[in-house]
Amino acid sequence: MSNKPRVAFFDFACCEGCQLTVLSIGEPLIEVLKHVDIVTWREAMSEKSDEFDIAFIEGSITRDSDVPRLKRIREKARLVVALGSCAALGGPHVSANRFETSELLELAYGNKAEQYEAGEVRPISAEIEVDVPIYGCPINASEFVLVLKHLLLGRPYRVPNEAVCYECKLNGYECVFDKGMICLGPVTRCGCNAICTSRGHRCFGCRGLVDDPNVDAARDVLEEHDYSLDEIIGMFQIYSHRAPRVQQLAEAAAEPQKKRSKGSEPWRFGSTT
Amino acid sequence: MEIRVDHVTRVEGHGNVLASIKNGEVQKAIFEVVEANRFFEAFMRERSHEEVAHIASRICGICALSHNSASVQATEKALGIEVSEQTALMRRLIMDAEMVSSHALHVYFLVAPDLLGLKSVVPLVETDPDTVNLAFRVKTTAYDLAEVLVGRHTHPVAVVPGGYTSMPDATALAQMRERFVGLREDMRTTVELLKQLELPAFERETEYVSLQQPDHYSFYAGDIVSTDGGQVAADDYLDAFSEFLVDHSTAKHCRWNRDSYMVGALARVNNNWKQLHPEAQKVMEELGFKPPVCSTFMNNIAQFVETVHSIEDAIALMDQLLARGLKEEDIPPVTKHGRGVGVVEAPRGLLIHDYTYDERARLVEANCIIPTNQNYANLDRDLEAFAKQIADQPKDDVELKLEMLVRAYDPCISCSVH
Repeated sequence: MSNKPRVAFFDFACCEGCQLTVLSIGEPLIEVLKHVDIVTWREAMSEKSDEFDIAFIEGSITRDSDVPRLKRIREKARLVVALGSCAALGGPHVSANRFETSELLELAYGNKAEQYEAGEVRPISAEIEVDVPIYGCPINASEFVLVLKHLLLGRPYRVPNEAVCYECKLNGYECVFDKGMICLGPVTRCGCNAICTSRGHRCFGCRGLVDDPNVDAARDVLEEHDYSLDEIIGMFQIYSHRAPRVQQLAEAAAEPQKKRSKGSEPWRFGSTT
Repeated sequence: MEIRVDHVTRVEGHGNVLASIKNGEVQKAIFEVVEANRFFEAFMRERSHEEVAHIASRICGICALSHNSASVQATEKALGIEVSEQTALMRRLIMDAEMVSSHALHVYFLVAPDLLGLKSVVPLVETDPDTVNLAFRVKTTAYDLAEVLVGRHTHPVAVVPGGYTSMPDATALAQMRERFVGLREDMRTTVELLKQLELPAFERETEYVSLQQPDHYSFYAGDIVSTDGGQVAADDYLDAFSEFLVDHSTAKHCRWNRDSYMVGALARVNNNWKQLHPEAQKVMEELGFKPPVCSTFMNNIAQFVETVHSIEDAIALMDQLLARGLKEEDIPPVTKHGRGVGVVEAPRGLLIHDYTYDERARLVEANCIIPTNQNYANLDRDLEAFAKQIADQPKDDVELKLEMLVRAYDPCISCSVH
């Protein structure tokens, strides 16, 4: 057995797009492969091993019955990396949490609903300790390589904690608000190199909030552009439904609008939790 | 003989093969799907029409472009948004990028190791770096085209109902055209490689279902046709086939004219091969593919034939777009609300997004029919027939061959349990 670090990939509820992003790195990936032994990767290879140093885990937890497998991985791994926003934050399907599990199962499976299992969608950090989160839906391939290099060198990795606006401005892209769209860039964690605004779209918040979001600035921007409460809360909740901080931020940001929209019929995003 | 393969490898998602063979008789042979449901159809409800495609792409990491395309098509039909000729050309080109990237991943990385007696492509990195580099080159070139067109393959950023938030850079697109021309040589090399490989011998006649357009080989929109007869407009898919539940799967199964049917590259080539690019037809002939072909393992040859077709089609479409000149266009307005059905051919087969929007252009109902769901019943029938054919072989061989049969379908399991 070589003494290279042994790397394994696992996944739970997700689209496997982050593992695909790793596969799509191409030649730099072949370079990285020279420094590690990939010992388990169901999606790409049939070899399997229970002995590994670094576990990359993609996907969120949605069923209690998946928790023991997750915990076994944690016990065997020296380091656990949450690969992408499903593992790190819950992913886009966290917004399924606004419905009762029974309603979801009945919609999907009708009168056989009771034969199937589902539960609250949560990040893997809700169940196990995570050493490094890589955010993004999907991850940024260069950040993956950077994280792996840090782990191999035994250096601490600093998770980006600036807002997407920072990277957007550095690149000199036109401000999304100026084009009449609502954007989550002011409060969303960067590291994506502002890929969505680079192509003229808005930030959907897929990397979650920065640790200390500038609520006042976000409120000012939103107020200036006159968005309704439901528009703001709905947008915030695509990737972070029921995260208390997101709820608070969305409500704070929407405060001036709330007064104006009094009396109008609230829609479901605003009325839950 | 009891066969149990938990979490079949080199496929997307989690599924198990279970087979029970006694005295040469197959008592059971099924593909058990254990993937967790994410309930996209339920939680996409109430989202604005501008958000739905962003979310819908995330049903699948491999065929994100297909979900994204089916989603915007459904939204456009439901809300009466008319797209421009430029957008229509872009949509077809995006599907070509999708085919090349997905088929390359499957044929080179997931299937080839079986035919070479390997467990993955990893040992080839040292023994045959040229082929590994070729495989990466084909896949990344298609990925890069998607990046130039819409920002990223997984998940696209510039696509919205009605068009694009920005158009690709003409210089970058012209460079992609040259790189696609360069892939022609890789295709010739691959033809020679494939000629040396032997696929398991197995045939079972079944029903093949795909989209069809009168004037071109379609991956985007069209009528739904079956080899058993029957042609329906996309909007009327519910009159043709239906989904149903089985006990051994968290994903639904489907049937149309008989107890199972197959979608995907094999179905498309069988149904529409006359519309393939001449170069792809030539490759088809060289590799001994004479339609109609009823061997599921030949699905992988059909995928390669389509890769050749899509490279040629992409070059032609890039030429057309560049000749017209790429123009930033305004997004056309919403003109009505109601139901719309979007249909595309994802790499794994017919994909349907069926949406209903209310007067505020918020989604009230969604139904997504995934190719892999449509193949599950057929896979079970295949597993049963193939297990019977190879019942007298050693257990390890039976196990591997049944796994290979699963892989031949290129199942996208998490996509099927959306």
